[in-house]
Amino acid sequence: MLGFHIVKRKNMEWWKAWLVRIGSILLGALVCAAVTVFLTGKDPVNVFTTMVDGAFGTERRIWSLLQGIAMLLCVSLAVTPAFKMRFWNIGAEGQALMGGLASAACMMFIGDRFPNWLMLIVMAVTSMLAGAIWAVIPAIFKARWNTNETLFTLMMNYIAIQFVSYFICVYATGGSGKIDVINPVTHTGWLPAIGGKSYLLNIIIVLILTVIMYIYLKYSKQGYEIAVVGESENTAKYIGINVPKVIIRTMIISGLLCGIAGFLLVSGADHTISRDTIAGRGFTAIMVSWLAKFNPVVMILTSFLLVFFEKGSIEVSQLCGLNASFSDIITGIIIFFIIGSEFFINYQIKKNEKEVKAS
Amino acid sequence: MAEVPAIELKNITKTFGETIANKDICLEVRRGEILSILGENGSGKTTLMNMISGIYYPDHGQIFIDGKEVEIKSPKDAYDYKIGMIHQHFKLVDIFTATENIVLGLEDEGRYNLKKSAAKVKEIADLYGFVLDPNKKIYDMSVSEKQTVEIIKVLYRGADILILDEPTAVLTPQETQRLFAVLRRMKEDGKSIIIITHKLNEVMEISDRVSVLRKGEYIGTVSTSETDESALTEMMVGKKIELNIDRSEPHDTADRLIVAGLNCTNRENVKVLDNVSFTAKSGEILGIAGIAGSGQRELLEAIAGLQRLDGGSIIYNNPKTEMQEDLRNKTPIQIRELGVRLSFVPEDRLGMGLVGNMDLTDNMMLRSYRKGKSAFVERGKPKALAEQIVEELEVVTPSVSTPVRKLSGGNVQKVLVGREIASSPTVLMAAYPVRGLDINSSYLIYNLLNQQKEKGVAVIFVGEDLDVLIALCDRIVVLSSGKVTGIVDARKTTKEEVGLLMTKTFEEGGKD
Repeated sequence: MLGFHIVKRKNMEWWKAWLVRIGSILLGALVCAAVTVFLTGKDPVNVFTTMVDGAFGTERRIWSLLQGIAMLLCVSLAVTPAFKMRFWNIGAEGQALMGGLASAACMMFIGDRFPNWLMLIVMAVTSMLAGAIWAVIPAIFKARWNTNETLFTLMMNYIAIQFVSYFICVYATGGSGKIDVINPVTHTGWLPAIGGKSYLLNIIIVLILTVIMYIYLKYSKQGYEIAVVGESENTAKYIGINVPKVIIRTMIISGLLCGIAGFLLVSGADHTISRDTIAGRGFTAIMVSWLAKFNPVVMILTSFLLVFFEKGSIEVSQLCGLNASFSDIITGIIIFFIIGSEFFINYQIKKNEKEVKAS
Repeated sequence: MAEVPAIELKNITKTFGETIANKDICLEVRRGEILSILGENGSGKTTLMNMISGIYYPDHGQIFIDGKEVEIKSPKDAYDYKIGMIHQHFKLVDIFTATENIVLGLEDEGRYNLKKSAAKVKEIADLYGFVLDPNKKIYDMSVSEKQTVEIIKVLYRGADILILDEPTAVLTPQETQRLFAVLRRMKEDGKSIIIITHKLNEVMEISDRVSVLRKGEYIGTVSTSETDESALTEMMVGKKIELNIDRSEPHDTADRLIVAGLNCTNRENVKVLDNVSFTAKSGEILGIAGIAGSGQRELLEAIAGLQRLDGGSIIYNNPKTEMQEDLRNKTPIQIRELGVRLSFVPEDRLGMGLVGNMDLTDNMMLRSYRKGKSAFVERGKPKALAEQIVEELEVVTPSVSTPVRKLSGGNVQKVLVGREIASSPTVLMAAYPVRGLDINSSYLIYNLLNQQKEKGVAVIFVGEDLDVLIALCDRIVVLSSGKVTGIVDARKTTKEEVGLLMTKTFEEGGKD
């Protein structure tokens, strides 16, 4: 027999819980440093300063960090209502990609026929529609026939990627195998830079969306229904919630937001489309959302954490001649520690009392 | 005469948290006999057997096998002592064959020789008269065949003591007879067989002796030849206990809910409600008695609009409009829109009636959040209601913003009943509302139900404690296997009468 057993904690004060969380992130950072030192032989302090430098070193880097946070946050906001409903939407990548594709297609084919403001609205709307369609298909199947949404949404990603590949094949610029920046001269369909900061509008839009999503989930009747369906489908039925309707409606919202993410990435940053436009954010977003326990405001923090470690470790790997996987290792270690901390918040380990022998 | 019993239990006690599942149980099983363990639901039969088969470990007490004290810490230990248990819910791998399932987990030779094993399976089957194809896949099998696999699995491992948990619950009468024949042959072969059951007629038919448990305590053991069904019923349900529940005479009663000919089949295509008819009157508490799983849940869920029915009608007499509405196959929302004020305290409090992770306020909102045209929820009134319930029903909670799963069972139930009563219902259904509650909380719930009755509500109370049913209700509908076997006046009936109706099978009912 093991000398200890695990007991569920009654309740931990919120400040203690946060101390555990911060402590575990610091511990994770220490392990990251140890791994880095082991791999590169560099001074750990040096590693950390390089990381910070990679994320905050120059004004450009700071903007790039903020843009990274905003984009990850946008996709995270999109998946949050679905996950709060316990609908395993693994397909945000594809939904956002379809949104991006719709934006890119608008930019290429409508061109200069519309004034730019109207153009942007058309792009935003078509992107949202594309994302919503991609999300609602698995939702309908789930609501009607109870198909497995995890597999379904995952497969939809591959279809989306193939769509984009096809699009690129057909419309690639001059045999380069990719689509160059669209409308490089006229900037039609480009989100305007505010005060010379090209990412500022993106960031503002995502911040507004964060507030809206926070209010929607916490104070709206629909948000309440999402919470009830997610917690207990039986209770939802018992009080007369139309569960299939809530599933479909929530996935449409999820898809709309993914579409916006795709629009912002194409119109506000890349100005082109590739298979890699979303860059795995559809999956990382799931972690952001869960780590924040579906609280959109806390998600600002969790997406910052993930983007910071990503940018920082890319800098370290460049400096030390390691490849891109290094950043994945670092991120993995940090997430491991964050998730692990939740265990210690919810459970405690007790030493076994001496067993009372039956008399 | 010093015959050493195959198994002897001495003072076995097992508690789960504060619930005492078994208290000082002493029991013995002889070689070559069939012993029935008889008791109502929750009397601790299965818990006791789980301790013999190594699934639970007793808090106190001793187990002797062939006179030697043993410690059974795991099912593997139990097999080493030649004890095997056939659980009520089969534990088989669907895509494997009978033989594969039987040898699964055995490690004697390192690798399986399925041909040899299949031959051995056949041999065991032939010895006791089982009909089984060793190479048939589980998913192709009927329930009775699956049970055969489970029994042979235990015999294959060399068990001399077999424990069967409610073996006939899933069988047709013919299959039951076949099983009994096999059991008798095993008995002749010197095996000891323990059957957990609550079916009196089967106890009389198959067993040599009967041990009765009631509410976790050992009542006694009798030889089947020296007893009869009514004596056993009395042992099982106990002497009448005086409960001081104030019961007023119903006045100004009117037919509120007329249920007629309800039929319902579940997903396994088993009839769970069979031509159920009764009337619930306003100003009266109608009890529903029955062994667990006799169709109580489906019945209440059908009335609440959560269960699809194959036939019948549920007529609601609206006291305001004097209109009659059929609630059958309507959704809960449609029922509400008809102006039917129906409240339902379901059996599964945290899985259906409440949301465990939400606080008291948000749980109050479950019933009322739709009100108003605003897209946003209004938490003011639910919060006030939560505070009112906490105060009036003395709910012990740090605050109304505590998640309800953190409350104790009794307090959870107070929150749920309080909410359901708050909407001033005309029909109030409560399924096992005092299960797991201490005596004070139970009385609080009885009083609440009585208050509702005096207000003219038609109260439907599903209970398992016959003393309570008889002391609290005005009339009692007894269900057995989805059929109504009787509707009795609670003031005139006895526990024995209700107990017999509960265990009556329909074939008998036809003869009576």
